[in-house]
Amino acid sequence: MTAQIKAPKQLVILSGKGGTGKTSVCAALVDLSAQSTHRAVFADADVDAANLALVTAAEPLESHDFSGSQVAKVDPQECWSCGRCADVCRFNAIQPPAGERTTYEVDALVCEGCAACVYACPFEAIEMQTQQDGEWFHSTTPYGHQFHAELFPAAENSGKLVTLVKQHAKLYAEDHQLPLIIVDGPPGIGCPVISAASGASLALLVTEPGLSGVHDLERISATLQHFNIPALVAINKADLYPEGAEAIRERAAAFGYPVIGEIPFDLAIPQAMTAAQPITQWAPESPAAQAIRQIWEVIQEQAFGETHDD
Amino acid sequence: MKIAVASGKGGTGKTMVSTSLAASLSGQTSLSFLDCDVEAPNAHLFLKPNFTVEEPVEVPIPEIDPELCTRCGRCVEVCQYNALAKIGDQMLVFSQLCHSCGSCTLACPEHAIHEVGKPIGLLRQGKTSHGIDFLHGELSIGEPMPTPVIREVKKATPPGSPLTIIDCPPGASCSVVTAIHDADYVILVTEPTPFGWHDLNQMLGVLKQTGTPAGIVVNQDGIGDRTIEKQLADLPLPILMRIPFREEIAANLARGDLLTEILPEYEAAFQMLYRQILEQTQRSAA
Repeated sequence: MTAQIKAPKQLVILSGKGGTGKTSVCAALVDLSAQSTHRAVFADADVDAANLALVTAAEPLESHDFSGSQVAKVDPQECWSCGRCADVCRFNAIQPPAGERTTYEVDALVCEGCAACVYACPFEAIEMQTQQDGEWFHSTTPYGHQFHAELFPAAENSGKLVTLVKQHAKLYAEDHQLPLIIVDGPPGIGCPVISAASGASLALLVTEPGLSGVHDLERISATLQHFNIPALVAINKADLYPEGAEAIRERAAAFGYPVIGEIPFDLAIPQAMTAAQPITQWAPESPAAQAIRQIWEVIQEQAFGETHDD
Repeated sequence: MKIAVASGKGGTGKTMVSTSLAASLSGQTSLSFLDCDVEAPNAHLFLKPNFTVEEPVEVPIPEIDPELCTRCGRCVEVCQYNALAKIGDQMLVFSQLCHSCGSCTLACPEHAIHEVGKPIGLLRQGKTSHGIDFLHGELSIGEPMPTPVIREVKKATPPGSPLTIIDCPPGASCSVVTAIHDADYVILVTEPTPFGWHDLNQMLGVLKQTGTPAGIVVNQDGIGDRTIEKQLADLPLPILMRIPFREEIAANLARGDLLTEILPEYEAAFQMLYRQILEQTQRSAA
């Protein structure tokens, strides 16, 4: 039976703390979606540490430049070294003359792109230059289509790039009548996380037992509540520290988020990563793969309000 | 001396390394510890400071005096972040888009703009039982911009601190760049997996631009594959330490223990690591 397609659902995978297994779980969900009636397009929203393509064997069909930011540049021919630019810069991005250099100079790494100096310079010696901040890709994989990006090292604007990657994934899902978009999110709770979670119908929080995992689970849960996004919780490496897993169950219950699965510590996960495959492909009978299959069943029920016709 | 601990990939063990390094050196020198992972600050769970100071981190946001404003729209023109808009006769300020650069205030011909502080996070300070001056920042829920909080944490470092250890956020974009800015040395903590290697390379790209000397700590040594072990060994950076994967380490870290509390032999190893860093920075200065 073909489900009637409305707007595609968006599932975003988040964690607060980094390294809890978001991408490994995401890759498995991508594989499971490909085997189900809920075929998905997927987006890697962790643009400054983009790893999903490493396990989905993504082959780019298209690549595009991404320019999001600007930095100020002083023309040494026009600069009279009055220092007005450095006076107005609140980011200490403008260096006074030093050594051989007799004019002011902008430190591009520190420049916030505000252009205060451009407006302040009495000699019109400063202009804004657009930077290329990264690239984004539309790729094919054995599991479906993927949208992802690489932010250049030290670049800004990861929130804008996340939004762009997600917009293209959404358009693709709509054009091809796919019911689901799976978004691999970044760690933290700030700008790129807010961009990754925006518009999500459901979040999966992948956490791990331990004081840090619990602390950051609280922060990401509060963030999702702030934006009114429902969430489910999966505990990774649950058996490594059982008391910690219990603390997670308590915190999740306090937020009203159901714990839908516990993934045991399983060396098959790093092995699958090294083999560049989702765990559900590389070791389908491993304890971790079995746990993630159960998680996928619950996600489908939650997202589509129906049981999976296996 | 300022040492930043970064990684690219999250969860590789930055906080484990930075907190254990601080505890191992606390008997030799007075030192400050800055937790600059303001979106997910966790170092206090391990170093257990007694916080005595808590203050809001505020950023200045424009406020327009409707009496003085002539609706000329100059502020809207100069703002690079679309944080100001003129809708009909109304001037609007979108505080979450504002980068607090002050361009609008400077540009307003009527001097109708002044700036008011808006809290976006907290700065906490205290001492640990090791005598470490501990500082951390915490970004408020729903606030997008961590960098102003990171800058405030760094600004609050006790003056004259001979050694400062900075626990950085993951990733390789603006917040890490702010955290490692003006560091003398960067320790890169990685794991020998394809993800760890990919994200380590993002950080190497950052360091190429800052020119900061760096070394590598390989955590969870043994879980990955040989190819990456070899690629790590071939980098022109020293491998400062290898920490093997052991379930007992993982379980005790989860409980909030320092690595040096779980395996006391690491105290001497971290002191050795610090000596290596001093030699390497002296060599690169010479």
